[in-house]
Amino acid sequence: MSIRRQLLLAAGAVAGVLAVIPAKAQDAVKIGLILPMTGGQASTGKQIDNAVKLYMQQKGDTVAGRKIEVILKDDGAVPDNTKRLAQELIVNDKVSFIAGFGVTPAALAAAPLATQAKVPEIVMAAGTSIITERSPYIVRTSFTLAQSSTIIGDWAAKNGIKKVATLTSDYAPGNDALNFFKQNFTAGGGEIVEEVKVPLQNPDFAPFLQRMKDAKPDAVFVFVPAGQGGNFMKQYAERGLDKAGIKVIGPGDVMDDDLLNGMGDAALGTVTAHLYSAAHPSAMNKDFVAAYKKAYNQRPGFMAVGGYDGIHLIYEALKKTGGKTDGDGLIEAMKGMKWESPRGPISIDPETRDIVQNIYIRKVEKVDGELYNVEFATFEAVKDSGKTKK
Amino acid sequence: MTTLFTILFDGVAYGMLLFVLACGLAVTLGLMNFVNLAHGAFAMTGGYVCAVLVNNSGWPFFAALPLAFVVSAVIGVALERTLYRHLYTRSHLDQVLFTIGLTFMSVAAVDYIMGSSRIFIKLPAALEGQFDFFGVGIGRYRLMIIVICGLLTVGLQLILAKTRFGSRLRAAVDDPRAASGLGINVPQVFAFTFAFGCGLAGLGGALSAEILGLDPYFPLKFMIYFLIVVTVGGSSSITGPFLASLLLGIGDVAGKYYVPKMGPFVIYTIMIVILIWRPNGLFGRTAAR
Repeated sequence: MSIRRQLLLAAGAVAGVLAVIPAKAQDAVKIGLILPMTGGQASTGKQIDNAVKLYMQQKGDTVAGRKIEVILKDDGAVPDNTKRLAQELIVNDKVSFIAGFGVTPAALAAAPLATQAKVPEIVMAAGTSIITERSPYIVRTSFTLAQSSTIIGDWAAKNGIKKVATLTSDYAPGNDALNFFKQNFTAGGGEIVEEVKVPLQNPDFAPFLQRMKDAKPDAVFVFVPAGQGGNFMKQYAERGLDKAGIKVIGPGDVMDDDLLNGMGDAALGTVTAHLYSAAHPSAMNKDFVAAYKKAYNQRPGFMAVGGYDGIHLIYEALKKTGGKTDGDGLIEAMKGMKWESPRGPISIDPETRDIVQNIYIRKVEKVDGELYNVEFATFEAVKDSGKTKK
Repeated sequence: MTTLFTILFDGVAYGMLLFVLACGLAVTLGLMNFVNLAHGAFAMTGGYVCAVLVNNSGWPFFAALPLAFVVSAVIGVALERTLYRHLYTRSHLDQVLFTIGLTFMSVAAVDYIMGSSRIFIKLPAALEGQFDFFGVGIGRYRLMIIVICGLLTVGLQLILAKTRFGSRLRAAVDDPRAASGLGINVPQVFAFTFAFGCGLAGLGGALSAEILGLDPYFPLKFMIYFLIVVTVGGSSSITGPFLASLLLGIGDVAGKYYVPKMGPFVIYTIMIVILIWRPNGLFGRTAAR
C-alpha cells in the first residue's frame, strides 16, 4: 500500500514538473495590475480592470511570441498596501510591469520601487502632475488635472464668463485643478469672486452652495472626486442655482460617463473640459463603446480609456523590444510613441513620459434619452503644463 | 437677513435628519445601555431598500419609505434575537468589538451586492427644487424632512411619556429585575425597542440618501456623527439628542456658510465645549447606573 502511494506521489511529482516546464519555456510576461477594487475608489479599479480584459480579449494574449499574464491586486486605494503589493509583485512574481494606480498617493508610493527595480510603472488613473517626475520609470496613460483645468480656464475667459466662484475638494488633485484654473482664467481677464475648499468627506454641500449663490457669479468651477459629482449636481439644482443663471464648469471628472445618467437632468448644460467622452465621434470609439457595453453592460468612462491605452502601450512596447523586458529598453520604446486611442490621437511625451492628448470642451446634452458629454471644441495635443519648470 | 433664515432652515433640516438617524442609537445606548456601533448599518439598509424599490421596481417614493423602516426593523429584531441578546450582559468593550465587526461585514456585503458607487433615489418631481417664502429660499425636500421628522419626534415623545409601553420600557431600563418581578416581559420590551430604533435608522437612511449620499461606507462615515449626537445630547431621554441634533445641524451648516475655511471643525468644537461644560451631555443623568 505504502509503496503504491509512493509511486503515485512520484508520478504526481513528475507530472507536476512536466506541467511546469512548458510554462517556463513559454516564459510569460507578467504585468502586476494594482487597482482599488474595493473602497470608495472601486469604480476606478473596476473600469480599468474591465478595459484591460477587453483589450486582451480583442488583441489576444500573446505579443512578440510571449504570453501576457496579468496579476490583479487590490490596494483599496491605500498607499501602504500599494507599496507592499508592488514589492511582492516585483520580488516574488517577478513582474515586468506594474500598472494601474487609482489615486495619486498610490502611484507615488510605488515610484521608489519602480526606480530601484527598473520596472516600468504605467499610471492608468492618478492625475496629479508631479507623479511622472518621481521616477524615470513612470509612464502615464491617463491625464493630468492641469491639462483639463488650464483649458477650461482659457475657454471660460474667452467665452463671456467674467466672474467665477470655485468649489473644490480639499486634497491634492482638487488643489491642482483650482490653481491651474485660476492661473489661466485670471490671466485671460476673469475674476474669482469666491473660493471655497470643501472637506473631502463632505456629507452636505448645502451651505457651500448657498455661499456660491449669494456671490452671484457667472459660473461655478467645480472639482469633487468622481462619486460626489452626482450629489453636487442634485443640490445645485435643488438650491436653484441653475435658475439663477449660474453655469457649472470644471474639469470633466465631475461628469464621468458612468455616473452621468444618475445625475438626472440637473446636469444638462454643464460645460467641462476633458480627455474623453463616450460620445466622442470616431469609428474607433464607437466600436470601443459598443464592445465595452456588450461585455460589461455599462458605459466606459475616462478611467476605462486610461486602462485600455495603458495595456496597449505595454503591448506596443513589447513589440518594439521584440519581447525583451529590461526596464530601460521598454521605457525607451515607450517614449514618443503615438497612437489612435478611443479618445482621439495621443502620444507619450519623450521628455516627461507623460501623456499628450487632445482636450475637448463638452456640454451635457440628451442623446437618445440618455445624458452624454457632447464635444464641441477641441484643443489639440495638450501637454501637461503642471511640470516643475526646469 | 433672508439668507440667515435659509441657513437656519437648512440647519434645522440637517439636524432633524441627524436626529432620526441617531435617535435609535440614543435608545439602545441610553435606555438599554448597549453600545451599538453597527447602528449606521441599519440606516444604510433602509437607504438601499428604498433605492432598490424606487429605482428598480418602480415604487413611489412615499410607499418605499415605510418599507425602509419595516425591513430595517425586521433585520434588527432578527439580529437582536440571534446575536445582540447574548451581549447585553457583556462588557462594553465586547459590545464595541462585536458591533464594529458587524459594521465591517455590512460594508463588505453591500459593496459585494450593490457595488461601491454612490446611488441615488429617484424623487418625485414635487420634491425637487426650492420655493420662495417671503424671500427665504425653502428646499422642498428639506421641508419634507422637517415635517416627517418633527411628527416622529412628537410621536416618540408621546409614546415614551404617555403610553403603557413607554412606562414599561422606562421601568425595564431603570431596574430590569424589579420590572420582570412585576410581570413585565423585559426581553420582549427590549427586542421591540431595539427593532423600533433600527427601523427609525432605516427611515433616516432612506431620507438622507439625497442629502448625505448613499454608498457602502455610509455606516463608517457617519458613525462619528451619530456618536456626537448621543454624547452631546446625553442618552437618558430623547429630548436631549433631539436638541443636540438641532444644535449640531445648525452649527454645522452655519459654520460652513460663514467661515468655510473652518467649517468642518465647528461641529467638533461645539461638541468639545459642551462636553467640558456638561460631561454627561446636555441632559445627561449624573447618577451612575
